[in-house]
Amino acid sequence: MAKSIEAGADALVVDAQDHVATALKDLKAGSRIRYRRGTEIEQLALLQDIPFGHKVAIRAIEAGEEVRKYGEVIGRATAHIRPGEHVHVHNIEGIRGRGDQAAEGGSHDAN
Amino acid sequence: MQIKGYARPNGDYGIRNHLLIIPTVICSNQVSNRIMQMVPDTVAIPHQHGCSQIGADKERTFETLAGTGKNPNVGAVLIVSLGCEVVDPYELAREIGKTGKRVEVIDIQECGGSIKAIQRGAELAREMRRELDAMQPEPIPAGILRIGVKCGGSDATSGIASNPALGVASDLLIAEGGTVVISETTEIIGAEHVLARRCASPEVADQLYRFVERFEREVARMGADMRGGNPSPGNIAGGLSTIEEKSLGCISKCGTAPIVGAFEYAAPIPGKGLYFMDSPGNDIECVSGMAASGVHLVCFTTGRGTPTGAPVVPVIKITGNKLTYERMTDNMDVDVSGILDGVLSMEEAGRLIWNEILETASGKLTKAEILGHTEFSINRIGPSL
Repeated sequence: MAKSIEAGADALVVDAQDHVATALKDLKAGSRIRYRRGTEIEQLALLQDIPFGHKVAIRAIEAGEEVRKYGEVIGRATAHIRPGEHVHVHNIEGIRGRGDQAAEGGSHDAN
Repeated sequence: MQIKGYARPNGDYGIRNHLLIIPTVICSNQVSNRIMQMVPDTVAIPHQHGCSQIGADKERTFETLAGTGKNPNVGAVLIVSLGCEVVDPYELAREIGKTGKRVEVIDIQECGGSIKAIQRGAELAREMRRELDAMQPEPIPAGILRIGVKCGGSDATSGIASNPALGVASDLLIAEGGTVVISETTEIIGAEHVLARRCASPEVADQLYRFVERFEREVARMGADMRGGNPSPGNIAGGLSTIEEKSLGCISKCGTAPIVGAFEYAAPIPGKGLYFMDSPGNDIECVSGMAASGVHLVCFTTGRGTPTGAPVVPVIKITGNKLTYERMTDNMDVDVSGILDGVLSMEEAGRLIWNEILETASGKLTKAEILGHTEFSINRIGPSL
């Protein structure tokens, strides 16, 4: 966790291992944003609108790949996600607390 | 670092001096509420339970009521019984009475109906209130404080601003020799391995994993995906996609101290330092359980904004979402949104919260207290019969 966030950054990457940045303001498709990753400021072209607080992919994520934020796994991609795309419930799913899968006879994944 | 507290007969200190009215059962809610209306500076905790309950579920209701009565912020207790319920009012009075505080019981059936019970209860409440009003708070070290850390109505700002800022304040209290309770078993799912690494012993880590497994089994029993229930629709609208993401953002609110123990919902806090209490993420059930375990106050972070208060403990509302602070200034006590604008360091934000804790623990009323928010709810683990 950065001690402070540089004024003017559009989005924040919490951990160096993360696939996503969190938008610090409403961001528009087609714009080029500046996001903070550790002490570095990097740039990214947005393919979609990213509302404040929502996540944008900062690199490609394969369908089925585990998605990281805070340096930890927050879920699994359900589709291929390109850098600059919105990452949310439409393209990632939780791995834990999946009583629906238990009901279908799926195995309990304790990761 | 000093705060102000009311000395209790058992050596503990309260930061408030409440006269608490406890209905043992839903049937005595109205009589309890009427007494509260007649005698200023009393607080009642109407609830839905107290009868048609058995086993561990009955015990949990009893322990929550008893723990709320034993909370050091409570100076005296009036128990309002119907007379035929499962929760035994005299056993409840004995348990709360172990703290040495005054406890009285009235019984609606014995009094001869609502009106006579209200009269008797109001007479007793007035007398007890007078005794409490004669007490003066005295300066005491801040290290006596026990606080709960909770988040609710979370959005993405919770995980990157208000929760880590509260973590800084948690560490400051632990450094003073104080106690912090983190809870919400649901909301450590996906992050339990991170917390387990911080447990002081393998036994504590095992207990933490057992709490999570028990919760996840319950979700499996419901045959549903947690998502939509938790994260809630509001969490999702705020940008949180999965329970794992929410959990990982949640746990930073308890700082960096080792977790020295884990205990069941509403059970007494076993000692000093950082503890985990088993509880659902549900705001009111969780805060009620923390109050019953003996915390003096709760620090509550929120992104979406929530008015939640509690009957016997001040609830300090902290947000990292500037829009929420501006829109719900009625309810928000501390604004740490400057973290996201790059104008407030995490350390500075933690100090803002710490100062609010010290002021609140010295008598400053929280916005939830001023507005009369006294939400109370007991966690159920069994069916009604």
